[in-house]
Amino acid sequence: MNFLQTVNEAWNSLYSNKMRSILTTLGIVIGVAAVIAMIAIGTGAQDTILNQISGIGTNLLFIFEGNEEDSSITVSPLTMQDANAIGDVFAAPHVELVAPVIQGSGTIKFSGETKSTQIFGVTPSFQAVRNYELIEGEFISEENVNGRASVVLIGVDVAEQLFGQSENLVGETVTIDGQPFRIIGILAPKGGGQFGSQDNVVLVPITTARSRLMTREQGKVDIIYLKAISADSVPEATSEVQEILRKRHRTDLGEDDFTIYSQQDFLTLASSITNVFKIFLSGIAGISLLVGGIGIMNIMLVSVTERTKEIGLRKAIGAKKKDILIQFLTESSLLSMMGGILGIILGWIISALVGSFATTQGVAFQPQVDLGAILLATVFSTAVGLFFGIYPANKAANLEPVEALRHE
Amino acid sequence: MDKTVIKIKDITKIYKLGDIEVPALCGVTFKVKKGEVISIMGPSGSGKSTLMNIIGCLDRLTSGEYILDNEDVSNLDDDQLAQIRNQKVGFVFQNFNLLSRSTALANVELPLRYAGITENRIEMAQKALESVGLGDRIHHKPPELSGGQQQRVAIARALINNPAIILADEPTGNLDSRSGDEIMELLLGLNKDYGTTLIIVTHDPKIAARTARTIQIFDGLIKESKS
Ligand SMILES: Nc1ncnc2c1ncn2[C@@H]1O[C@H](COP(=O)(O)OP(=O)(O)OP(=O)(O)O)[C@@H](O)[C@H]1O
Ligand SMILES: [Mg+2]
Repeated sequence: MNFLQTVNEAWNSLYSNKMRSILTTLGIVIGVAAVIAMIAIGTGAQDTILNQISGIGTNLLFIFEGNEEDSSITVSPLTMQDANAIGDVFAAPHVELVAPVIQGSGTIKFSGETKSTQIFGVTPSFQAVRNYELIEGEFISEENVNGRASVVLIGVDVAEQLFGQSENLVGETVTIDGQPFRIIGILAPKGGGQFGSQDNVVLVPITTARSRLMTREQGKVDIIYLKAISADSVPEATSEVQEILRKRHRTDLGEDDFTIYSQQDFLTLASSITNVFKIFLSGIAGISLLVGGIGIMNIMLVSVTERTKEIGLRKAIGAKKKDILIQFLTESSLLSMMGGILGIILGWIISALVGSFATTQGVAFQPQVDLGAILLATVFSTAVGLFFGIYPANKAANLEPVEALRHE
Repeated sequence: MDKTVIKIKDITKIYKLGDIEVPALCGVTFKVKKGEVISIMGPSGSGKSTLMNIIGCLDRLTSGEYILDNEDVSNLDDDQLAQIRNQKVGFVFQNFNLLSRSTALANVELPLRYAGITENRIEMAQKALESVGLGDRIHHKPPELSGGQQQRVAIARALINNPAIILADEPTGNLDSRSGDEIMELLLGLNKDYGTTLIIVTHDPKIAARTARTIQIFDGLIKESKS
């Protein structure tokens, strides 16, 4: 029998039971929409996260104390002297800038308003290393550092919370953990990140932070940020830093007591985490597709029972098993394929809605519906229809003609 | 060439209902020649439909031998039987058995599709409908046709593959006497015009009187008259 005619006949049969067909399809529609939306949202989230990490700067390196593979070794902490040694252009020609940092958290107050925030104790080079721009004012200077000045730069989130504005604030005095600080600048917004807002921060001179806000041993720092002269020179910069620190920490022979991460390490880590997240979401969506398939099987079984007499008649006038099998499989695949198409459209709409909702919430996040997901959903939903149609179609094909004809 | 279309020898049909065996045919033997018109009569439950189903290859016999159109059909598999039904047998049922969602044309065309014919199906189906006097009703669906007209569609469907035999199991049973008469005229006319072999099951002695040969069945055994 001709393929188009078979499809046409299946269509007519489904059409003659419109309401039932639509309700049956619903299971597949929801399943496919879930798959499409989940993959789109997962991909969008992944892109956003990776972009944010890349946005930190592609030639950035981070040095932490300790060795994540071996926690038993004795660790000598990173110090300002380490940072200065790395900053030596002769010992580390591929390192452009070094920014030692101590970090913690605290509460910042201004006339009754308070905000919990991240506090970074930094040096002037931090601005260039992290690409901070200022709305107004100036960054922390050498003099501020040397004089342990009680000055602070605040992020826009902090400014909005305390003052309800993010301009004309230079010169105001706020208190951090009870100590007065004078505002010398406002940081331009960097947008939200997966590690919390990057705008809910305050920057103070590293020396001030150590002596007034956080207790640290003399000279100790938490992280050393450094910028290689280019993205390509990250490996050279890494080995130069390793050499310097091994010498200074006398770990030439044993294990390193520090760890260097590059931008790339974070990218790799983040994409493997987001991949797991995507697979997890798709798995849940896949289960709903399975449930949709069982719905199709159920309705096809009802349909076979209802049409027993018709099957008997078709056999009486010469239909072979194969003909009946194809007839019912075509119906079930058509049913689920249409569900798949509707599901793709619905999934697309859901993704777009999530995207625009995220935008209104100030999160730069665009779900990505890609062709691969659409193809996968179409093929998979049709396959679900075929698979779950096999049992009912087989049942129909194996009916005895006389028995079937006698059926009422 | 052998003029015998049906050669049935000592066939039995026993239905099994759990442990109980219900004999429906208990050794039936007869022959039908090409172009014959035969009526089958007998009380209800005597085995008429059972015999028709076996002649039409819808059902399998329990024992015996059956040769249809020079082919032994006693031991064929399901698909081979389907092909025999498609090519050599035309069925006319008491309750018409049309596909109610399809037009008269599509109903008549269906056996051609199962025969694997790809060309001129519509034309052939249309001609068959014209030959039963329904040329102006080809796009009607069964619910839009009278009982007599539906049975004409069924006859057109039975004719379409030029079968060796047409089997009609109480074809007028669901019709009033006037359309019943018209259907009988049509069937007998086919025999007269094209020499189609006809076997008709009936409870009506007036119909039986119009056939040259009548087979009587009692409790699964036959007793011929007028042969
Ligand atoms: N599927 C079946 N299972 C068990 N017994 C059956 C089956 N079909 C028919 N029989 C029995 O076989 C016998 C013959 O039935 P059949 O239908 O051939 O009678 P019939 O002569 O056509 O009767 P009617 O004139 O009422 O149509 C009956 O006793 C019936 O009960
Ligand atoms: Mg009967």
